[in-house]
Amino acid sequence: MSRFNKDGGREMPEMNTSSLPDLIFTILFFFMMVTSMREVTMMVKVVKPKATQIEKLARKSCTSFIYIGQPTDMLKSQYGSGTRIQLNDRYAEVSEVYDFVNADRNSMAESDKAFYTVSLKVDQRTPMGIVTDVKQVLRKAFALKIVYSSEKAK
Amino acid sequence: MPGLNTSSTADISFMLLIFFLTTTSMDTDAGLARTLPKPPEENQENVEMKVKERNILNIRVNKDNMVMMGDAYPTLDEIKERAKEFIKNEKNDPHMPELVPEKIKYLGRTVLITKNHVISVQTDRGTDYGVYILVQDALISAYNELRNEFALAEFGHAYEFCNDDEKKAIREIYPQKISEAEPKKYGQAL
Repeated sequence: MSRFNKDGGREMPEMNTSSLPDLIFTILFFFMMVTSMREVTMMVKVVKPKATQIEKLARKSCTSFIYIGQPTDMLKSQYGSGTRIQLNDRYAEVSEVYDFVNADRNSMAESDKAFYTVSLKVDQRTPMGIVTDVKQVLRKAFALKIVYSSEKAK
Repeated sequence: MPGLNTSSTADISFMLLIFFLTTTSMDTDAGLARTLPKPPEENQENVEMKVKERNILNIRVNKDNMVMMGDAYPTLDEIKERAKEFIKNEKNDPHMPELVPEKIKYLGRTVLITKNHVISVQTDRGTDYGVYILVQDALISAYNELRNEFALAEFGHAYEFCNDDEKKAIREIYPQKISEAEPKKYGQAL
């Protein structure tokens, strides 16, 4: 009798994976929203100092970054191990900070200019001399809001 | 007509996801916020700001990263405690900053505050930036603790839970005055 036929009609159905792309897309959009594109390739090695009283940067879009530290291991053979300032994707002198700050600020919307902040990402072993020189230039350029970028101490 | 085979869409979106994961950075930048003083005017370059001796707390850091305050070598905790004492000047000590009566609008009464105090951090050109940040951090935590204490005593809740008016009043009572002094070269330069 065909009623007790073992084969046919009792196989495990394939799992429906048609919503899997939607799922992945949702994760994708989440990551696109919460993250921002990495702006520059680091040419200096920066180990941020640790601090307890840190505040989050209010608006990342009105912020310029100045990196100060020794060249990364790959670039050390080429540039030596002296402390360097990095603006965007190249090494710069202290005096160039002035033009960099002004150019960056002028490219911003008028309403953002009041919130213009410079974030100093400085390696903790850097001598203060170069940091102070940069700070003096920032004063001259009227970029008076600065943030000493640091990591949260535990 | 058979349905379009979409089984590879998942792979494509996975690729996009991995691309974004590798090219973006999650880290939100954080740090110690500070406002620099305006640049000196050309014609008054050599005019030193006259500040009374008792209103200044000098902290010096030399090129060997030794911190000096007055004539002692304090630890970071001692810096914080000394700074708190200095900013508050509860007992009206003649060696600590003068207390100035100031009307705080929000509180509707006059409070004695050390309005003219300045904490000056002077570094050598050879001082490590990390040490400078440690000292700054200690000073800022001194201010934050004082503000918090005041908020608890006055409003009954911590500073971070205060509304904007309350915060403004507290900031008037404990204004943050850390001088970004220009460096002097005592030891060996770069």
